[in-house]
Amino acid sequence: MSVQIPPTERLRTDTIEINMGPHHPSTHGVFRMVLTLDGETVVDLEPRFGYLHRGIEKTAEERTYVQNVPFTDRLDYICGITNNWAYALALEKLAGIEVPERAEYIRVILGELTRVMNHMLAIGFLWNDLGATTFTPVVYAFRERERILDLIEMAAGSRMMPSYIRAGGVVADLPEEFMPRLQKLVPHLKRFIDEMDTMLTKNEIFRARAVGVGVLKAKDAINAGITGPVLRASGVKYDIRKADSYSIYDRFDFEVPVHTAGDVYARYLQRLAEARQSLRIIEQAMRDIPEGPVTSLPYKQLSRLKPPKGEAYGRIESPKGELGFYLVSDGSNKPYRFRIRSTSLLNLTLLREMCLGHKVADVVTILGSIDITLGDVDR
Amino acid sequence: MLTHEEILSRLRERFPDAVLEVPEGMIDFTIVIAPQAWHDVALFLRDELGYDFLTNVTAVDWPDRFEVVYHLYGVQAGHPLLTIKLPVTDKENPTVPSVVDVWRSADFQEREEYDLMGIRFEGHPNLKRIMMWEGYEGHPLRKDFQNRTFTYAELEPSRKATPDW
Repeated sequence: MSVQIPPTERLRTDTIEINMGPHHPSTHGVFRMVLTLDGETVVDLEPRFGYLHRGIEKTAEERTYVQNVPFTDRLDYICGITNNWAYALALEKLAGIEVPERAEYIRVILGELTRVMNHMLAIGFLWNDLGATTFTPVVYAFRERERILDLIEMAAGSRMMPSYIRAGGVVADLPEEFMPRLQKLVPHLKRFIDEMDTMLTKNEIFRARAVGVGVLKAKDAINAGITGPVLRASGVKYDIRKADSYSIYDRFDFEVPVHTAGDVYARYLQRLAEARQSLRIIEQAMRDIPEGPVTSLPYKQLSRLKPPKGEAYGRIESPKGELGFYLVSDGSNKPYRFRIRSTSLLNLTLLREMCLGHKVADVVTILGSIDITLGDVDR
Repeated sequence: MLTHEEILSRLRERFPDAVLEVPEGMIDFTIVIAPQAWHDVALFLRDELGYDFLTNVTAVDWPDRFEVVYHLYGVQAGHPLLTIKLPVTDKENPTVPSVVDVWRSADFQEREEYDLMGIRFEGHPNLKRIMMWEGYEGHPLRKDFQNRTFTYAELEPSRKATPDW
């Protein structure tokens, strides 16, 4: 007996729900998205977090101010230096600590190197997520990253977990070999960025996958607390280094690049342009760096630091966007409240809206273009 | 860019009862707002004073009260930091109005404070745990939360209490 289907009735389909992650290679760690699909099209998306939640905010309340520095390395583990910097900045604001001139220059040099490294890696991973080029750009990006990490290791003694910038300055002065190495590296990185540009920007497959995908409007981006290259690729010229200048950024001549399209392609171009500006800053800092002490607060004083009662919010422009620390002191040597304003968590706010109506393969691209680190999302 | 006095006078003019206190000697300029007026004040801050960017939402557990803290900037208007605090004296069942419909950036952060600090944000469209798993009891960031070590038996019931090494 066969089933009779009336030929005029249309095939009725249902949506399906699938889990992407937590162990999906494109999620850059352990991140899960619950996708509702109509065929290949995304009709709903819900991000789920917490797989890497280590309770840093709670742990930090039981440790002294200086003992908390290594925890900040482990937030956004690609850019340890800028995490240290944001915490140091908040603590300096809270306790009223001055930073010597030379330390500020060292911070700028290493911070901008971190930005170049992060942006190159972000572009490499974006290409990796596209799957278009059998791994090549990310391997090149890793090669250059290793050269930058060598310099960070020279200064701090550790590649990825530097704990180098602390309240009052930096831990130790740069070794003698550092500056000659950096002078060689900067033109090399410039060439490398140009090379990436020539190799990738005009690629037809890339443009087909990236142009017009994951569009984010400027007004929505501001309202959703999105910062960094993602915000600027939507046409908002907002860079904390200029808008709310900290450290010595007002001394350098650099531009804030802006792209207006707000899609994956614009975010890629934005990162290339920002990396070039960072190298400009490094060149000026290398030229102007003075001699002198590198910290105003020797370790013995720093380890006994007791900021006065009060609270402070300090923020910097980390490579991924605004990274802030909100510290509340009750006058003891441990923070009463240690709040991390995470960059990556806030940048994910509009992931659902960006992905709706696109295909599953585009979800991977959009997530790659936001550039998150799960250590920073979950803390 | 608005001066501190301008912000205060415009707020007091529009909401005579909302501003509870302006603490002295703070590092960042802070205004303490009555929790029940917060949603209206938030709309006013966004639409009429130009604070279009809510960067940080957090809460502090003091012995006698909770304090919900908001850090605001104006991106388009170029406003510097404004800190808003809501005191919540009900320690048993702390509740404040949600501002997700005013600033979308409050979405995940309010969920996080609900999860870890146990503050209920009235009107949040999807108020559930974000970092801890569903079914978890307690709020780890509260000061009365007991940190403790888990035993093998709790983590893996099938495993022996003492491994035979």
